[in-house]
Amino acid sequence: MGDIREFRRLYQVFIRTYPWRKLDPVPWAPLTKPLSECRLGLVSTAGFVLPEQERFDESIKGGDWSYREIPADTDAASLVDCHRSDAFDHAGITSDPNLAFPLDRVHELAEQGRIGSVNHRHLSFMGSIPAPGRLIKKSAPEAAALFVEDQVDIALLVPV
Amino acid sequence: MAIQLLRYITERVRPPRALCVPFPHGYPLDAPKEPERQLRVLEAALRLLEGDATEGPVIVDLEA
Repeated sequence: MGDIREFRRLYQVFIRTYPWRKLDPVPWAPLTKPLSECRLGLVSTAGFVLPEQERFDESIKGGDWSYREIPADTDAASLVDCHRSDAFDHAGITSDPNLAFPLDRVHELAEQGRIGSVNHRHLSFMGSIPAPGRLIKKSAPEAAALFVEDQVDIALLVPV
Repeated sequence: MAIQLLRYITERVRPPRALCVPFPHGYPLDAPKEPERQLRVLEAALRLLEGDATEGPVIVDLEA
């Protein structure tokens, strides 16, 4: 299991004292068809943007709550890392964005027939948002509505 | 469904379905440029959807 002790002391204290918001009740949506018939959409908090998209704003104190749409046919290697956190080593996701935004992997899963299809667009957030109020009230519901509109069956969240 | 790097946080937030992985922060799908290892993690996440659970949270550790 990932270990809090991998972080510097300051971040360990933050993690242990932060008022994490508990989902209650836990939302539950049963799968109503085989995975092989399901459409999958990715949600990553790695802070990736396309080269032509506006970068996530590092200056927003509580964290940039916005998101970007990433077309499914994007070349993963073109994604630009805009995650503002220095709490983790960015070398992995920089050398291979699939590590946190598995565009190629989900296409492979569809080609294998493990899932039915890949949604035409995915969602990119920046995961350092210590003040998540506007994320919870505005941008996350708005982003979720896109997946509902697209008839996405499975939303896979890959965190950074 | 969510891939999670810290069970400490997962148990407090209680997402509906979560696969807890043992990788360092910034490496949620194990290793860069290792497609098979990344697919292994994704496959384990997909299996959360095929289980018998009728309510969450379903929190599972990636098998070694």
